[in-house]
Amino acid sequence: MDTVYLLDLFKKLLGGLPLTLNLAVFALLGGFAIALLLNLLRTTRIGNAVAGTYIFFFRGTPLLVQLFMIYFGLAQFEFVRSSFLWPLLREPYWCGLIALMLNDAAYTAEILRGGLRAVPRGAQEAARVSGMSRLQILRRVTLPIAVRQALPAYSNEIISMLKSTALVSMISLMDVTGIAREAVAETWRAVEIFLCAGLIYLVLSLIITRATSWAERALSPWQFGARQ
Amino acid sequence: MTSELYLLGFGPEGWGPVLARAGLMTLAVSLSAFLLGTVLGTLTVWGRVSGNPVTRRIAETYVVVLRGIPDLLVIFLFYFGGRQVVSLVGTALGFEGPFDISGFVAGMLAIGLISGAGQSEVLRGAYQAVPKGTLEAGRVVGMSRWQLFRRVTAPQAMVTAIPGMGNQWQSVIKESALVSVTGLVETMRQVSIAAGTTQEHFLFYTAAAVIYLIITTLSDQVFRMLERRSMAGYAGGSH
Repeated sequence: MDTVYLLDLFKKLLGGLPLTLNLAVFALLGGFAIALLLNLLRTTRIGNAVAGTYIFFFRGTPLLVQLFMIYFGLAQFEFVRSSFLWPLLREPYWCGLIALMLNDAAYTAEILRGGLRAVPRGAQEAARVSGMSRLQILRRVTLPIAVRQALPAYSNEIISMLKSTALVSMISLMDVTGIAREAVAETWRAVEIFLCAGLIYLVLSLIITRATSWAERALSPWQFGARQ
Repeated sequence: MTSELYLLGFGPEGWGPVLARAGLMTLAVSLSAFLLGTVLGTLTVWGRVSGNPVTRRIAETYVVVLRGIPDLLVIFLFYFGGRQVVSLVGTALGFEGPFDISGFVAGMLAIGLISGAGQSEVLRGAYQAVPKGTLEAGRVVGMSRWQLFRRVTAPQAMVTAIPGMGNQWQSVIKESALVSVTGLVETMRQVSIAAGTTQEHFLFYTAAAVIYLIITTLSDQVFRMLERRSMAGYAGGSH
């Protein structure tokens, strides 16, 4: 195992990092927005059924199946190919991002629901009594408490999304894993290459763990002089 | 698409029998990986709580590493890397190549290893929830460490661990779809073959989704039943 080769390999693999990060960040942002929407839907009876079915489907099936349904499955329909969405849906990047986003939304919705349930009713009642509008209550009372409660679970979801982006290499995208697979096909040095790629993901997930545990501490009540 | 539904049936042109077999393969590889994960998870908890700094370090590193690396990479590593290692050893021992390792074994090892890290977190939580008094009582009546584990710790921890273990099992089923990259003919692989042959991609990937939903939903029921049963001895839990 020579150092020159390994350094070269790292440089090559890091070329996929922008795509990996891009997919993870936008999937998380989009997923969070859809998750909020799903939780708003939960307040009506029909909406509750819709959100429940969505979450049941996306949490009950492998991401790979969802990805292939979107990438290979949708292209087969004439009405998809002639629709305005086709310029997006024929690109592996958008198919990958959409699949990751929809998948993340289902998991995030459940995490958020747990956080929302943990908001004390008294806090919301106090806000209503002091004359806040529904939007103000949501923005100033409900969401801050819910997000803080959901943070530990959400940090796991961030890491799992980062790891899930590796699946886009199955639809020919050149993220870190995609580049690693190509390198293995050329050189057959599978152990070195996949370990190096793994190391990149590992460092990223350690950074995320650090950052979220810092955020958890920073957002804890005793930071603001409140009594525990 | 509805006119193509016969492709999923059990008729002469239907893919029903092969899909059913592939579903069973998914179950087989998931089950063996989950059991391997349970063994590894238990060992990991033991390594963490035994008080030995070396085993604790190893156990913690194992969990951190396996939770930070994509499942797909771990499977690739075991499959292609395993082949590389087997070839090296094989050639060194004077055997003629080419060498290969089975997708089932590579997938089971990879997913078992991943799941072991997840299960260890669940099992550790369950272990910590065991009331200290019961352990002390066991020690006082003279139980050995193994007896203590088998008669006091394990039965109590198992009850608290059931919901978490249910989630871990669901993850294993979904991760097992990734084993298709090794060529093992489980649900995902079989469906890809069928989709390629018939050019009915959406139909067959939907069929795959349904197969996974059936497996995950049924196992959810089983874990719920286990949870209800195991709570029978506790106050307010005897349904």
